[in-house]
Amino acid sequence: MIPMLEVQHLAKQFTLHLRGGLQLPVLHGVNLTVHAGECVALAGPSGAGKSTLLRSLYGNYRAGAGRILIRHAGEMVDIASAPPRTVVQVRAKTLGYVSQFLRVVPRVPALDIVAEAAPDRSQEKAAALLHRLNIPTRLHALPPATFSGGEQQRVNLARGFIGGHPILLLDEPTASLDAANADIVIAMITEAKARGVAIVGIFHDAEVRRRVADRLLTIAPLQDAA
Amino acid sequence: MNEDTLLSARGLTLHFGKVPALVNVDADLWPGEVLAVVGESGSGKTTLLNVLSGRMRADAGVTWYRDPQSRLHDVHAMPAPALRALHRSDWGFVHQNPRDNLRMSVSAGGNVGERLMAAGQRHYGNIREAAIDWLAQVEIDPARVDDMPRTFSGGMLQRLQIARTLVTHPRLVFMDEPTGGLDVSVQARLLDLIRSLVARLNIAVVLVTHDLAVARLLAHRIMVMQRGVVVETGLTDKVLDDPQHEYTQLLVSSVLQA
Ligand SMILES: Nc1ncnc2c1ncn2[C@@H]1O[C@H](COP(=O)(O)OP(=O)(O)O)[C@@H](O)[C@H]1O
Ligand SMILES: Nc1ncnc2c1ncn2[C@@H]1O[C@H](COP(=O)(O)OP(=O)(O)O)[C@@H](O)[C@H]1O
Ligand SMILES: [Mg+2]
Ligand SMILES: [Mg+2]
Repeated sequence: MIPMLEVQHLAKQFTLHLRGGLQLPVLHGVNLTVHAGECVALAGPSGAGKSTLLRSLYGNYRAGAGRILIRHAGEMVDIASAPPRTVVQVRAKTLGYVSQFLRVVPRVPALDIVAEAAPDRSQEKAAALLHRLNIPTRLHALPPATFSGGEQQRVNLARGFIGGHPILLLDEPTASLDAANADIVIAMITEAKARGVAIVGIFHDAEVRRRVADRLLTIAPLQDAA
Repeated sequence: MNEDTLLSARGLTLHFGKVPALVNVDADLWPGEVLAVVGESGSGKTTLLNVLSGRMRADAGVTWYRDPQSRLHDVHAMPAPALRALHRSDWGFVHQNPRDNLRMSVSAGGNVGERLMAAGQRHYGNIREAAIDWLAQVEIDPARVDDMPRTFSGGMLQRLQIARTLVTHPRLVFMDEPTGGLDVSVQARLLDLIRSLVARLNIAVVLVTHDLAVARLLAHRIMVMQRGVVVETGLTDKVLDDPQHEYTQLLVSSVLQA
């Protein structure tokens, strides 16, 4: 088994300067190893820090302490300490992330948003993946700003999956999907695992989690520092 | 200087009387990278752009540029003709006000072609063809090639300035608030254009903007300035989503969504 992602003693707290420097500890002593083909689900109550962990893995949040090792181009790269340009490269080749909400770019059509994330920029593959996620052709040429929440999420999923990254981070990928579309996403996750993709995900739906996750990592809320 | 940077500055300091416009500023830019400089009005962004591009001298500090032959040039020690030649070819400068760069008494095509001629091209037919091609690339109807810029809208003028700047395929472009002062819908179109051109031509950009959403859309990395000091720097989404410095937290919390 190849470890794709290794988190060691990760800690994270926010310092809220606009609240008089209030310290908000969220993660402490998080350890996690994810192998190729495995899916680990993050569990824990709302506000516990699941999204914070996922964002830290992506290098979107700054780790306060610890290491986040990502297998990239044959080496383990520490995302927690890597310079920005390295993080950009790791994201391009190795690390995919599907955020909870699509950040829409004015004027850019759904098809281009997805194709730009494809390694070969293929519009055909982008269209095929959008179709698989039940986004009809008539929507492909439109910017997703006016799409429903579920449609935006499926565009976001297409963008996340088309990159073919060996590691995928998924934040509530089925949260605003109906059962039929959730089934498609579950199938895509299952296929990715079969290809050897390592996945860390947050799945609010217990049934979805049961069907895709091999293991759970429970994030317990930390007490506020007194 | 870092082994593969295109532009590197160390310790740039500049005061206007008692006003600190730049305080010990370091900056690095790699080929093909977009670096946004953000901060409130008066924080020193334009001054930094002017110093990095050699248009203004600092009181202290050094700026290095690496040319295509990998030779290093001290931007502030270069002879004036060499610096001017750089600005005509390898470099571009997009001003907030397009009238500062365009010649209003010369046709749209002439404005674009002029920069090619300044870079040494002489064949009239080729120059006109390139000008028409670039008008199309910035979404200006090529039929307007002989029209005077004063008949253009603000958004068109800015797109014309971009065509004039990019026609020589510069490797490094300095932009000062390129979407400032334009209507929101016009801004969106311009941003989309800059985004695709910069990516396609693999141009390195130092982009000054007070608009965090513009930085988010265009920049790989970001530098946050306050009273001449770089208070925070890093990956754009990281600085905007998990700001560490008090001033960055204030900036981020002051906008609706960036
Ligand atoms: N960028 C941020 N700045 C300040 N606090 C944050 C930020 N992101 C998350 N938090 C806080 O961290 C805690 C954990 O949030 P989150 O990771 O979103 O929880 P979960 O995903 O488990 O519901 C919450 O108290 C949240 O308010
Ligand atoms: N030529 C100048 N003479 C005197 N003061 C100047 C000059 N240029 C800029 N300043 C001052 O330097 C500071 C930084 O200005 P500037 O770089 O234009 O800021 P920004 O572009 O961030 O708005 C401001 O306080 C400004 O008033
Ligand atoms: Mg969450
Ligand atoms: Mg300015």
